Amino acid sequence: MMLGAFQYERPASLDEALRQAAAVPGARWLAGGMSLLPLMKMELADPPALVDLAGVADLVGVQEDGGALRVGAMTRHAELAEHPLVARHAPLLAAAASQVGDPQVRHRGTIGGSLAHADPAADLPAAVLALDATIEVASPRGRREIPAKDFFLGPLMTALEPDDVIVAVVVPQRGAHRQAYHKRPHPASGYAVVGIAASVLREADRVASAAIAVTGVASHAFRARRAEELLTGQVMTDALLAEVASVVASGQEVWGDLYASADYRRHLAGLTTRQVLERLWDDR
Amino acid sequence: MMDPSHSQHTVTLTVNGQRRTESLPPNLLLSEYLRDYLRLTGTHIGCDTSQCGACTVLVNGDPIKSCTVLAVQLPGAAIDTVEGLGRPGALHPVQEAFRADHALQCGFCTPGVLMTAVALLNRDPHPTEAAIRRGLDGVICRCTGYENIVTAIAHAGARMAAPQEVSQHVD
Repeated sequence: MMLGAFQYERPASLDEALRQAAAVPGARWLAGGMSLLPLMKMELADPPALVDLAGVADLVGVQEDGGALRVGAMTRHAELAEHPLVARHAPLLAAAASQVGDPQVRHRGTIGGSLAHADPAADLPAAVLALDATIEVASPRGRREIPAKDFFLGPLMTALEPDDVIVAVVVPQRGAHRQAYHKRPHPASGYAVVGIAASVLREADRVASAAIAVTGVASHAFRARRAEELLTGQVMTDALLAEVASVVASGQEVWGDLYASADYRRHLAGLTTRQVLERLWDDR
Repeated sequence: MMDPSHSQHTVTLTVNGQRRTESLPPNLLLSEYLRDYLRLTGTHIGCDTSQCGACTVLVNGDPIKSCTVLAVQLPGAAIDTVEGLGRPGALHPVQEAFRADHALQCGFCTPGVLMTAVALLNRDPHPTEAAIRRGLDGVICRCTGYENIVTAIAHAGARMAAPQEVSQHVD
């Protein structure tokens, strides 16, 4: 399958990358290429130029940065899944990264690429939402930060401008929170039919705080705010869990397709959330 | 189709231990470079849509699908294909195990499965069955011969971890 022709740049610095992308209208960033190259093969994307970010050293790796983890946008899923700092401070992110695609995809795909692509059934959007991460972005106009909650706007749609590039994802360290990501993958594609990311702080029998994010269910990953409100400050009981499960997708336009109807997805989102919360609660 | 030759890029790649400096068009996939430029046709293209994994090769030891990476994305990389794994008479332990355990039927997916298995065993010589199956998530056997593939990988792991013991046993 021959790809159409395009200009290829491999800058060594972010400034050079921004200049090169600005020089060609319609140029696209190339991260791991796990979504963009298939789109180009299917002729759904035909960029005149690709600016490959793999040579920009600042974009790789995980560092502790004042109570947060700074994850370079070009950090690959396989590295994220096994990184000791991520395991300690944001285990939910490691768990989600370990379930993206398949081993081959995880060795090429990057966190920045996955978030920028914003597939409605991708794993990492749920993880960064539940962790209240911040997306650091650069453009020729300078740098800015986009909270994860404002980042995902629709299917393959984000708050990124065309010339924005994700530089890093900043994740608050929440080692005290119990975190999990549970995916019910489509058996063929591996994408989430439902994916639940949860981060819960337990104080004795009460839920001190809860963050629950859902992927695969609607046009983009979202926080289950109503469920979080029901949980916060409450004593964990079966009755509470049942009520929480019933509102996980409330207010959302739930998607149905040939594999899973909207009603089934809604049911599965509630059930999976309940199971994740039960497991987290009984941990340790 | 536009002529892609207007912007050749120079990359140095080490393929099966042999270092090569090439001038390549950016739209050349690694799978196309291996098959059409180097005539290393052991790397098979099954789906060409990064689903089936038949085109899996190792890049710096990691399994990747060569149909979904541009050759110019890999400057300085070490690439290993099935041709570098073993030869008739001197098979790699994974190839040996695939033969012994009848882990191939039509054989089309086999190069990708072999490379995926080698990467898996290099990291974890004694994988559980669940780890083997998880490691094979990115390869599809159209003949559905997974049972023997899993068995062969477990046997190959044992061989690779204790080659002397195995050879003494064979003698």
